[in-house]
Amino acid sequence: MIHAEQLTVLRPKRLSEALALLRDEGPLTPLAGGTDLYVGLNAGTERAQRFIDLWRLEELRHIRLTDGKRTLELGALTTFTDCIRSKKVVRNLPILAEASREVGGAQIQNRGTLAGNIANGSPAGDSLPVLAAADAIVVLRSAAGEREVPLCEFYTGYRATVRRPDELIVRVRIPLQRGRQRFRKVGTRAAQAISKVVMAAVGDRVAFGSMGPTVLRATRLEAYLRTGGGEVEEARRALAEDLHPIDDVRSTAAYRLRVAQNLVGDWMRERRPG
Amino acid sequence: VRLIVNGKKRKVRVPPMTRLLDTLRETLGLTGTKEGCGEGECGACTVLIDGEPVNSCLVPTCQVEGREVTTIEGLSRRKGRQARLLRAFVDEGGAQCGICTPGMILAACALPRGATRERVRVGLAGNLCRCTGYEKIYRAVEKGLTRR
Repeated sequence: MIHAEQLTVLRPKRLSEALALLRDEGPLTPLAGGTDLYVGLNAGTERAQRFIDLWRLEELRHIRLTDGKRTLELGALTTFTDCIRSKKVVRNLPILAEASREVGGAQIQNRGTLAGNIANGSPAGDSLPVLAAADAIVVLRSAAGEREVPLCEFYTGYRATVRRPDELIVRVRIPLQRGRQRFRKVGTRAAQAISKVVMAAVGDRVAFGSMGPTVLRATRLEAYLRTGGGEVEEARRALAEDLHPIDDVRSTAAYRLRVAQNLVGDWMRERRPG
Repeated sequence: VRLIVNGKKRKVRVPPMTRLLDTLRETLGLTGTKEGCGEGECGACTVLIDGEPVNSCLVPTCQVEGREVTTIEGLSRRKGRQARLLRAFVDEGGAQCGICTPGMILAACALPRGATRERVRVGLAGNLCRCTGYEKIYRAVEKGLTRR
Protein backbone atom coordinates (compact mmCIF):
# COMPACT_ATOMS: atom_id res chain seq x y z
CA MET A 1 0.00 0.00 0.00
CA ILE A 2 1.34 3.43 -0.85
CA HIS A 3 1.30 6.36 1.54
CA ALA A 4 -1.14 8.46 -0.44
CA GLU A 5 -1.65 10.87 2.47
CA GLN A 6 1.93 12.09 1.95
CA LEU A 7 1.35 12.87 -1.72
CA THR A 8 -0.14 16.04 -3.12
CA VAL A 9 -1.50 16.57 -6.58
CA LEU A 10 -2.53 19.70 -8.47
CA ARG A 11 -5.29 19.18 -11.00
CA PRO A 12 -5.45 21.91 -13.66
CA LYS A 13 -8.30 21.89 -16.19
CA ARG A 14 -6.52 23.83 -18.91
CA LEU A 15 -3.05 23.64 -20.41
CA SER A 16 -2.32 27.32 -19.70
CA GLU A 17 -3.16 26.71 -16.04
CA ALA A 18 -0.89 23.63 -15.97
CA LEU A 19 2.04 25.56 -17.44
CA ALA A 20 1.58 28.41 -14.94
CA LEU A 21 1.57 25.88 -12.08
CA LEU A 22 4.76 24.27 -13.36
CA ARG A 23 6.40 27.71 -13.51
CA ASP A 24 5.16 28.98 -10.14
CA GLU A 25 4.67 25.90 -7.97
CA GLY A 26 7.41 23.58 -9.28
CA PRO A 27 9.04 21.20 -9.13
CA LEU A 28 6.03 19.03 -9.90
CA THR A 29 6.10 15.57 -11.43
CA PRO A 30 3.72 15.23 -14.39
CA LEU A 31 1.15 12.45 -14.02
CA ALA A 32 -0.92 11.16 -16.95
CA GLY A 33 -2.09 7.52 -17.13
CA GLY A 34 0.11 6.53 -14.17
CA THR A 35 1.25 3.25 -15.72
CA ASP A 36 4.92 4.01 -15.05
CA LEU A 37 4.59 6.40 -12.12
CA TYR A 38 2.44 4.12 -9.97
CA VAL A 39 4.77 1.18 -10.55
CA GLY A 40 7.44 3.31 -8.85
CA LEU A 41 5.07 4.48 -6.12
CA ASN A 42 3.92 0.92 -5.41
CA ALA A 43 7.50 -0.32 -5.24
CA GLY A 44 8.61 2.59 -3.05
CA THR A 45 11.25 3.65 -5.58
CA GLU A 46 9.50 6.87 -6.71
CA ARG A 47 10.68 9.69 -4.46
CA ALA A 48 8.50 12.49 -5.82
CA GLN A 49 5.69 13.66 -3.53
CA ARG A 50 4.19 16.55 -5.50
CA PHE A 51 2.43 15.84 -8.76
CA ILE A 52 0.52 17.61 -11.48
CA ASP A 53 -2.31 15.60 -13.01
CA LEU A 54 -2.60 16.15 -16.75
CA TRP A 55 -5.35 13.61 -17.41
CA ARG A 56 -8.10 16.24 -17.70
CA LEU A 57 -6.30 18.39 -20.30
CA GLU A 58 -8.50 17.62 -23.30
CA GLU A 59 -6.35 20.01 -25.37
CA LEU A 60 -3.67 17.30 -25.35
CA ARG A 61 -5.97 14.56 -26.67
CA HIS A 62 -6.06 14.59 -30.45
CA ILE A 63 -4.78 12.82 -33.51
CA ARG A 64 -4.76 14.87 -36.70
CA LEU A 65 -3.11 15.39 -40.05
CA THR A 66 -1.61 18.83 -40.61
CA ASP A 67 0.59 20.64 -43.17
CA GLY A 68 -1.64 19.55 -46.06
CA LYS A 69 -1.75 15.98 -44.69
CA ARG A 70 2.03 15.74 -44.69
CA THR A 71 2.40 15.60 -40.91
CA LEU A 72 0.74 13.32 -38.38
CA GLU A 73 0.25 15.13 -35.11
CA LEU A 74 -0.45 13.24 -31.90
CA GLY A 75 -1.46 14.98 -28.68
CA ALA A 76 0.57 14.18 -25.59
CA LEU A 77 -2.30 12.27 -23.95
CA THR A 78 -2.89 10.00 -26.94
CA THR A 79 -3.13 6.53 -25.43
CA PHE A 80 -1.88 3.34 -27.06
CA THR A 81 -5.52 2.29 -27.47
CA ASP A 82 -6.12 5.58 -29.33
CA CYS A 83 -3.20 4.73 -31.67
CA ILE A 84 -4.56 1.23 -32.31
CA ARG A 85 -8.08 2.52 -33.05
CA SER A 86 -7.10 5.57 -35.10
CA LYS A 87 -7.53 5.23 -38.87
CA LYS A 88 -5.10 8.12 -39.35
CA VAL A 89 -2.40 6.21 -37.48
CA VAL A 90 -3.18 2.84 -39.08
CA ARG A 91 -3.10 4.34 -42.60
CA ASN A 92 -0.09 6.59 -42.25
CA LEU A 93 2.15 5.03 -39.64
CA PRO A 94 0.93 1.46 -39.24
CA ILE A 95 3.99 0.42 -37.24
CA LEU A 96 2.95 2.83 -34.48
CA ALA A 97 -0.34 0.95 -34.15
CA GLU A 98 1.62 -2.30 -34.28
CA ALA A 99 4.00 -1.16 -31.54
CA SER A 100 1.06 0.07 -29.45
CA ARG A 101 -0.44 -3.43 -29.47
CA GLU A 102 2.80 -4.70 -27.94
CA VAL A 103 2.65 -2.29 -25.01
CA GLY A 104 1.44 -4.39 -22.06
CA GLY A 105 -2.14 -5.68 -22.15
CA ALA A 106 -5.37 -3.83 -22.87
CA GLN A 107 -5.37 -2.39 -19.34
CA ILE A 108 -2.03 -0.65 -19.93
CA GLN A 109 -2.89 0.36 -23.51
CA ASN A 110 -6.01 2.13 -22.21
CA ARG A 111 -4.01 4.28 -19.80
CA GLY A 112 -0.46 4.56 -21.08
CA THR A 113 0.24 7.64 -23.21
CA LEU A 114 2.67 8.39 -26.00
CA ALA A 115 4.15 11.41 -24.20
CA GLY A 116 4.46 9.33 -21.03
CA ASN A 117 6.44 6.71 -22.93
CA ILE A 118 8.68 9.48 -24.30
CA ALA A 119 9.09 11.34 -21.01
CA ASN A 120 9.76 8.22 -18.98
CA GLY A 121 12.56 7.48 -21.44
CA SER A 122 12.96 3.79 -20.73
CA PRO A 123 15.43 2.32 -23.23
CA ALA A 124 12.82 -0.44 -23.69
CA GLY A 125 9.85 1.87 -24.44
CA ASP A 126 8.10 0.09 -27.30
CA SER A 127 6.90 3.18 -29.17
CA LEU A 128 10.26 4.94 -29.12
CA PRO A 129 12.07 3.11 -31.95
CA VAL A 130 9.04 3.76 -34.18
CA LEU A 131 9.11 7.47 -33.37
CA ALA A 132 12.90 7.58 -33.84
CA ALA A 133 12.78 5.84 -37.23
CA ALA A 134 9.95 8.15 -38.31
CA ASP A 135 12.00 11.29 -37.45
CA ALA A 136 9.38 12.34 -34.89
CA ILE A 137 9.62 15.79 -33.35
CA VAL A 138 8.75 16.34 -29.70
CA VAL A 139 6.99 19.65 -29.04
CA LEU A 140 7.74 21.04 -25.57
CA ARG A 141 5.83 23.93 -24.11
CA SER A 142 6.33 26.15 -21.08
CA ALA A 143 4.54 29.30 -19.97
CA ALA A 144 7.23 31.17 -21.95
CA GLY A 145 6.64 29.42 -25.26
CA GLU A 146 7.13 26.36 -27.42
CA ARG A 147 10.17 24.60 -28.83
CA GLU A 148 10.63 21.54 -31.01
CA VAL A 149 13.20 18.84 -30.38
CA PRO A 150 13.81 15.83 -32.66
CA LEU A 151 13.19 12.65 -30.66
CA CYS A 152 16.76 11.47 -31.12
CA GLU A 153 18.03 14.68 -29.51
CA PHE A 154 15.49 14.52 -26.69
CA TYR A 155 17.60 12.10 -24.65
CA THR A 156 20.89 13.05 -23.08
CA GLY A 157 21.52 9.72 -21.35
CA TYR A 158 19.83 6.89 -19.49
CA ARG A 159 16.35 8.23 -18.63
CA ALA A 160 17.74 11.77 -18.90
CA THR A 161 16.06 14.24 -21.23
CA VAL A 162 16.30 17.87 -22.32
CA ARG A 163 12.87 18.63 -20.86
CA ARG A 164 13.08 21.44 -18.32
CA PRO A 165 11.03 21.09 -15.12
CA ASP A 166 8.67 23.88 -16.25
CA GLU A 167 8.00 22.24 -19.63
CA LEU A 168 5.46 19.68 -20.77
CA ILE A 169 5.45 17.54 -23.87
CA VAL A 170 2.34 18.81 -25.61
CA ARG A 171 2.41 16.85 -28.87
CA VAL A 172 4.48 14.79 -31.24
CA ARG A 173 4.83 15.73 -34.91
CA ILE A 174 5.65 13.04 -37.41
CA PRO A 175 6.56 14.05 -40.97
CA LEU A 176 4.96 11.42 -43.20
CA GLN A 177 7.42 9.83 -45.57
CA ARG A 178 7.24 7.12 -48.15
CA GLY A 179 8.96 3.84 -47.74
CA ARG A 180 8.09 0.51 -46.29
CA GLN A 181 7.69 0.22 -42.58
CA ARG A 182 8.74 -2.58 -40.31
CA PHE A 183 8.35 -3.23 -36.59
CA ARG A 184 9.72 -6.18 -34.68
CA LYS A 185 9.78 -6.78 -30.95
CA VAL A 186 11.59 -9.68 -29.36
CA GLY A 187 10.77 -10.45 -25.75
CA THR A 188 10.24 -13.38 -23.42
CA ARG A 189 6.62 -13.82 -24.42
CA ALA A 190 4.35 -12.35 -27.05
CA ALA A 191 2.50 -9.91 -24.83
CA GLN A 192 3.15 -8.13 -21.59
CA ALA A 193 6.91 -8.59 -21.62
CA ILE A 194 9.59 -5.92 -21.45
CA SER A 195 11.49 -6.20 -24.69
CA LYS A 196 14.98 -7.57 -25.22
CA VAL A 197 15.29 -6.08 -28.71
CA VAL A 198 12.97 -3.76 -30.62
CA MET A 199 13.55 -2.70 -34.20
CA ALA A 200 11.61 -0.19 -36.26
CA ALA A 201 12.26 0.88 -39.84
CA VAL A 202 10.73 3.51 -42.08
CA GLY A 203 12.24 3.43 -45.55
CA ASP A 204 16.01 3.37 -45.02
CA ARG A 205 15.81 4.69 -41.49
CA VAL A 206 16.29 2.13 -38.74
CA ALA A 207 16.04 2.53 -34.97
CA PHE A 208 16.52 0.16 -32.07
CA GLY A 209 15.24 -0.04 -28.52
CA SER A 210 16.74 -1.92 -25.55
CA MET A 211 20.15 -1.77 -27.24
CA GLY A 212 21.73 1.11 -25.32
CA PRO A 213 20.96 3.71 -22.64
CA THR A 214 18.40 5.36 -24.94
CA VAL A 215 16.58 4.57 -28.13
CA LEU A 216 19.01 4.99 -31.02
CA ARG A 217 19.26 5.19 -34.78
CA ALA A 218 21.56 2.75 -36.55
CA THR A 219 23.47 5.47 -38.40
CA ARG A 220 26.24 3.31 -39.88
CA LEU A 221 23.72 0.76 -41.13
CA GLU A 222 21.63 3.57 -42.62
CA ALA A 223 24.69 5.03 -44.35
CA TYR A 224 25.46 1.63 -45.85
CA LEU A 225 21.87 1.24 -47.07
CA ARG A 226 21.87 4.74 -48.58
CA THR A 227 24.82 3.78 -50.77
CA GLY A 228 22.57 1.11 -52.21
CA GLY A 229 24.28 -1.65 -50.26
CA GLY A 230 22.32 -4.87 -50.11
CA GLU A 231 24.76 -7.37 -48.66
CA VAL A 232 23.40 -8.78 -45.40
CA GLU A 233 26.89 -9.56 -44.05
CA GLU A 234 28.01 -5.97 -44.62
CA ALA A 235 24.86 -4.69 -42.95
CA ARG A 236 25.45 -6.96 -39.95
CA ARG A 237 28.98 -5.59 -39.59
CA ALA A 238 27.76 -2.00 -39.78
CA LEU A 239 25.13 -2.73 -37.17
CA ALA A 240 27.73 -4.16 -34.80
CA GLU A 241 29.41 -0.75 -34.87
CA ASP A 242 26.10 1.04 -34.23
CA LEU A 243 24.90 -0.98 -31.27
CA HIS A 244 26.57 -1.53 -27.93
CA PRO A 245 24.02 -3.39 -25.82
CA ILE A 246 24.60 -4.50 -22.25
CA ASP A 247 24.09 -7.67 -20.20
CA ASP A 248 21.18 -7.32 -17.79
CA VAL A 249 18.43 -9.34 -16.13
CA ARG A 250 16.51 -9.67 -19.37
CA SER A 251 19.24 -10.68 -21.75
CA THR A 252 22.92 -10.62 -22.67
CA ALA A 253 24.75 -8.20 -24.94
CA ALA A 254 25.82 -10.97 -27.33
CA TYR A 255 22.28 -12.33 -27.66
CA ARG A 256 20.83 -8.86 -28.22
CA LEU A 257 23.30 -7.98 -30.95
CA ARG A 258 22.81 -11.29 -32.71
CA VAL A 259 19.01 -10.95 -32.62
CA ALA A 260 19.25 -7.35 -33.90
CA GLN A 261 21.46 -8.54 -36.77
CA ASN A 262 19.05 -11.34 -37.59
CA LEU A 263 16.12 -8.91 -37.60
CA VAL A 264 17.99 -6.66 -40.00
CA GLY A 265 18.89 -9.66 -42.18
CA ASP A 266 15.22 -10.73 -42.37
CA TRP A 267 14.13 -7.22 -43.14
CA MET A 268 16.73 -6.76 -45.91
CA ARG A 269 15.79 -10.04 -47.58
CA GLU A 270 12.12 -8.99 -47.52
CA ARG A 271 12.96 -5.60 -49.03
CA ARG A 272 14.63 -7.11 -52.05
CA PRO A 273 12.54 -6.61 -55.13
CA GLY A 274 11.27 -9.69 -56.88
CA VAL B 1 -14.23 12.35 -4.76
CA ARG B 2 -17.61 11.62 -6.37
CA LEU B 3 -17.84 8.61 -8.63
CA ILE B 4 -20.27 5.96 -9.77
CA VAL B 5 -19.45 2.45 -8.60
CA ASN B 6 -21.46 -0.43 -10.03
CA GLY B 7 -24.25 1.93 -11.01
CA LYS B 8 -24.52 3.70 -7.63
CA LYS B 9 -23.36 7.25 -6.93
CA ARG B 10 -20.71 7.20 -4.20
CA LYS B 11 -18.79 9.92 -2.42
CA VAL B 12 -15.49 8.97 -0.81
CA ARG B 13 -13.11 11.00 1.32
CA VAL B 14 -9.64 9.74 0.46
CA PRO B 15 -6.32 11.42 -0.37
CA PRO B 16 -6.47 12.15 -4.14
CA MET B 17 -3.46 9.98 -5.00
CA THR B 18 -4.94 6.93 -3.24
CA ARG B 19 -4.96 4.01 -5.63
CA LEU B 20 -8.42 3.22 -6.99
CA LEU B 21 -7.73 -0.35 -5.81
CA ASP B 22 -7.39 0.81 -2.18
CA THR B 23 -10.46 3.05 -2.40
CA LEU B 24 -12.51 0.12 -3.67
CA ARG B 25 -11.20 -2.42 -1.17
CA GLU B 26 -10.55 -0.37 1.97
CA THR B 27 -13.02 2.51 1.76
CA LEU B 28 -15.92 0.91 -0.10
CA GLY B 29 -15.37 -2.66 1.16
CA LEU B 30 -15.47 -4.13 -2.36
CA THR B 31 -12.83 -6.81 -1.84
CA GLY B 32 -13.64 -8.72 -5.02
CA THR B 33 -10.92 -6.70 -6.76
CA LYS B 34 -7.56 -8.31 -5.94
CA GLU B 35 -4.06 -6.94 -5.63
CA GLY B 36 -1.39 -8.90 -7.44
CA CYS B 37 1.88 -7.46 -8.62
CA GLY B 38 1.44 -3.70 -8.25
CA GLU B 39 3.24 -3.28 -11.58
CA GLY B 40 0.52 -3.60 -14.21
CA GLU B 41 1.69 -7.05 -15.23
CA CYS B 42 -0.82 -9.44 -13.69
CA GLY B 43 -4.24 -7.85 -14.19
CA ALA B 44 -5.69 -9.18 -10.90
CA CYS B 45 -6.80 -5.64 -9.99
CA THR B 46 -8.62 -5.07 -13.31
CA VAL B 47 -11.80 -2.98 -13.13
CA LEU B 48 -13.70 -1.14 -15.85
CA ILE B 49 -13.68 2.66 -16.06
CA ASP B 50 -16.49 3.77 -18.41
CA GLY B 51 -16.46 0.23 -19.78
CA GLU B 52 -12.72 -0.01 -20.53
CA PRO B 53 -10.43 -2.31 -18.52
CA VAL B 54 -7.65 -0.70 -16.45
CA ASN B 55 -5.31 -1.82 -13.68
CA SER B 56 -6.79 -0.21 -10.55
CA CYS B 57 -3.43 -0.44 -8.72
CA LEU B 58 -2.06 2.16 -11.17
CA VAL B 59 -4.97 4.63 -11.13
CA PRO B 60 -5.19 7.55 -8.71
CA THR B 61 -8.67 7.89 -7.25
CA CYS B 62 -8.84 11.59 -8.22
CA GLN B 63 -8.83 10.59 -11.90
CA VAL B 64 -12.13 8.70 -11.63
CA GLU B 65 -14.05 11.76 -10.45
CA GLY B 66 -17.43 11.57 -12.21
CA ARG B 67 -16.53 8.31 -13.96
CA GLU B 68 -18.32 4.99 -13.86
CA VAL B 69 -16.36 2.18 -12.25
CA THR B 70 -17.43 -1.45 -12.59
CA THR B 71 -16.03 -4.16 -10.31
CA ILE B 72 -16.72 -7.88 -10.23
CA GLU B 73 -19.44 -7.23 -7.62
CA GLY B 74 -21.28 -5.06 -10.13
CA LEU B 75 -21.73 -7.65 -12.87
CA SER B 76 -25.25 -8.81 -13.51
CA ARG B 77 -25.95 -12.37 -12.42
CA ARG B 78 -29.34 -12.45 -14.05
CA LYS B 79 -29.11 -11.56 -17.68
CA GLY B 80 -27.04 -10.53 -20.63
CA ARG B 81 -23.44 -11.10 -21.53
CA GLN B 82 -22.11 -10.53 -18.00
CA ALA B 83 -24.32 -13.25 -16.58
CA ARG B 84 -23.34 -15.61 -19.41
CA LEU B 85 -19.66 -14.99 -18.73
CA LEU B 86 -20.06 -15.65 -15.00
CA ARG B 87 -22.07 -18.81 -15.73
CA ALA B 88 -19.50 -20.01 -18.27
CA PHE B 89 -16.65 -19.63 -15.75
CA VAL B 90 -18.58 -21.87 -13.33
CA ASP B 91 -19.59 -24.43 -15.96
CA GLU B 92 -16.18 -24.67 -17.62
CA GLY B 93 -14.15 -24.69 -14.40
CA GLY B 94 -12.59 -21.36 -15.35
CA ALA B 95 -11.54 -20.63 -11.76
CA GLN B 96 -8.93 -22.47 -9.74
CA CYS B 97 -7.50 -20.49 -6.81
CA GLY B 98 -9.66 -17.53 -7.83
CA ILE B 99 -7.23 -14.64 -7.43
CA CYS B 100 -7.04 -13.89 -11.14
CA THR B 101 -10.70 -14.66 -11.81
CA PRO B 102 -12.35 -11.25 -11.22
CA GLY B 103 -9.72 -9.57 -13.42
CA MET B 104 -10.09 -12.22 -16.13
CA ILE B 105 -13.87 -11.81 -16.21
CA LEU B 106 -13.72 -8.00 -16.31
CA ALA B 107 -11.12 -8.03 -19.09
CA ALA B 108 -13.37 -10.48 -20.97
CA CYS B 109 -16.33 -8.08 -20.54
CA ALA B 110 -14.54 -5.60 -22.82
CA LEU B 111 -14.20 -8.14 -25.66
CA PRO B 112 -16.58 -8.19 -28.60
CA ARG B 113 -19.27 -10.84 -28.82
CA GLY B 114 -18.20 -13.91 -30.77
CA ALA B 115 -14.49 -13.18 -30.25
CA THR B 116 -12.16 -15.80 -31.72
CA ARG B 117 -9.62 -17.70 -29.61
CA GLU B 118 -6.88 -15.41 -30.93
CA ARG B 119 -8.87 -12.30 -30.01
CA VAL B 120 -9.53 -13.74 -26.54
CA ARG B 121 -5.82 -14.48 -26.05
CA VAL B 122 -4.90 -10.91 -27.01
CA GLY B 123 -7.70 -9.45 -24.86
CA LEU B 124 -6.54 -11.41 -21.81
CA ALA B 125 -2.81 -10.88 -22.44
CA GLY B 126 -2.72 -8.49 -19.50
CA ASN B 127 -4.07 -11.09 -17.07
CA LEU B 128 -1.87 -13.79 -15.57
CA CYS B 129 -3.08 -17.01 -13.93
CA ARG B 130 -0.56 -18.56 -11.54
CA CYS B 131 -2.49 -21.83 -11.58
CA THR B 132 -1.96 -21.76 -15.37
CA GLY B 133 -5.55 -22.70 -16.04
CA TYR B 134 -5.58 -20.73 -19.26
CA GLU B 135 -7.19 -23.39 -21.42
CA LYS B 136 -10.31 -23.54 -19.26
CA ILE B 137 -10.36 -19.77 -18.88
CA TYR B 138 -10.24 -19.28 -22.65
CA ARG B 139 -12.97 -21.90 -23.10
CA ALA B 140 -15.14 -20.14 -20.50
CA VAL B 141 -14.64 -16.74 -22.13
CA GLU B 142 -15.40 -18.09 -25.60
CA LYS B 143 -18.55 -19.72 -24.33
CA GLY B 144 -19.60 -16.59 -22.44
CA LEU B 145 -19.11 -14.46 -25.52
CA THR B 146 -20.88 -16.80 -27.95
CA ARG B 147 -23.42 -15.03 -30.10
CA ARG B 148 -26.97 -16.03 -29.36
